[in-house]
Amino acid sequence: MDAEREVLDVLARNAREDIDDIAAQTGLDAAAVERAIETLEADHVVHGYQAVIDWDRVDEGKIRAVVEINVELDRETGYEEVADQIAKFPAVDALHLVSGDYDFAVEVLGETMQDVSQFISEQVAPMPEVTQTVTHYIMETYKDGGVRFEDGDDDDRLSVSP
Amino acid sequence: MRLSDRAREIPESGIRKFFELAEARDDVISLGVGEPDFSAPWAARTAAIDSLERGKTSYTSNRGMAALRERIAVHHERYDQRYDPTDEVLVTTGASEAVDLALRALVDPGDTVAIHEPTYISYAPGVELAGGDPLAVPTRAEDDFALTPERLEAAGAAEADLLVVCYPNNPTGATMSDEQFAEVAAFCRDNDLRVIADEIYAALTYGDDHASIATQPEMRERTVVVNGFSKAYAMTGLRLGYALGPADAIDAMNRIHQYTMLSAPTTPQYAAIEALDRCDDEVEEMVDEYNRRRRLVVSRFNEMGLDTFEPGGAFYAFPDCGGDDEAFAEELLEAEGVAVVPGSVFGAGGEGHLRVSYATSMRELKEATDRIASFVDERW
Repeated sequence: MDAEREVLDVLARNAREDIDDIAAQTGLDAAAVERAIETLEADHVVHGYQAVIDWDRVDEGKIRAVVEINVELDRETGYEEVADQIAKFPAVDALHLVSGDYDFAVEVLGETMQDVSQFISEQVAPMPEVTQTVTHYIMETYKDGGVRFEDGDDDDRLSVSP
Repeated sequence: MRLSDRAREIPESGIRKFFELAEARDDVISLGVGEPDFSAPWAARTAAIDSLERGKTSYTSNRGMAALRERIAVHHERYDQRYDPTDEVLVTTGASEAVDLALRALVDPGDTVAIHEPTYISYAPGVELAGGDPLAVPTRAEDDFALTPERLEAAGAAEADLLVVCYPNNPTGATMSDEQFAEVAAFCRDNDLRVIADEIYAALTYGDDHASIATQPEMRERTVVVNGFSKAYAMTGLRLGYALGPADAIDAMNRIHQYTMLSAPTTPQYAAIEALDRCDDEVEEMVDEYNRRRRLVVSRFNEMGLDTFEPGGAFYAFPDCGGDDEAFAEELLEAEGVAVVPGSVFGAGGEGHLRVSYATSMRELKEATDRIASFVDERW
């Protein structure tokens, strides 16, 4: 495995690992880790470093919704152009072009359900290319970013065993 | 009740004392655990659940389900080990049963069984229960705890009847290469030693592929290979292992097994079939994660001045604590609430070392190694 991939595997698990610990885990030296991270960032493989948050546990937390969007394209407008417009809204947390019954899957973050509804009905639905939207509010999140949301760990192994 | 002499002579395991010390506290980070911190792959667990729902709760054939034995035989081709699933594979209740059966099938009263040390603690008591005499063959840090013909010769193993080999090794994490095994195999052929090769950690190697003494010339017919699902597939509690060997040895083991165990438990056999069919990727992910932890742990111990050779397999590091390992482990537990197992528990050659298991989360490993570093700084 090349150095960038090794570093990426560590960052994908824990973006807060410091350089020395990444070096120790990958067997690279610290300078090589820094170079790998610079390359990953310069090549736009790594776009940022974020926490995995259970918003349900935050006072005044956020409402999340997955919104299905159908669009109709014409000669001047392709998916890229539509995506570019939708992505500009700060409420859009994630935007994917998907296969299947609809075109875009959009993750929207808002303070309240009303915020999200208004955003969809007043900003997204009126876009000329958009033909239909279906909004799914997220009721409960069990796992995100590869992390299972649950209390503590339940290591019930014997503390010392042969 | 009056107990048999045999039962009374079984020594207390040295691990027991540390287990009790660690259990007495509730703030302990344990690096003393000899099993994975992962759970069995979900696909394997659902196969077990599904088998129960379908009412598959009867005995299997003594040798284990044919479908499982066939998959085990195919699985082992990756190690260049070729065994006929009809009469050269025996599914057992954990690798522990396979070791016990092999010893009972191969050891006559008064036979000498050479065991390299430090190593897993069950072999010597198993030899004694089979009526044999264990012979310790110390391995050394300067050889990275590999077994050599010189060590065998020096310990008097030329006169032994049987040799137990365990690589990748618990507690040292040491592995051996084909070249190193070639020398040991020559010693075995020259001195007519049969071999039990406990390869339970075969899937957990980092860098070089697993090597087996059984694939050396003329060794297949004098070797019983023991393996299982516990370590690779994180299935310790499901108790499923197996033995591979020449038909006469497997047949003898099966004759004991049919009276003492009848068959290995059925539910885990279904889990194991699924594990072999579908869970290679998950094993690979576990190996990658162990590998990152291994490098972190080894580099941290070396940084704090406790010399640690690079372990090639299993999930243990074996740092040299530069003094009395039992005192180190007891004082560390007392002062910092970190449990490690003193190397001397695992026999000759282990003294002055600590078995550090990295089958625990990265976060706990960092916290534990920080605490050990401050212990070494302030008190050792």
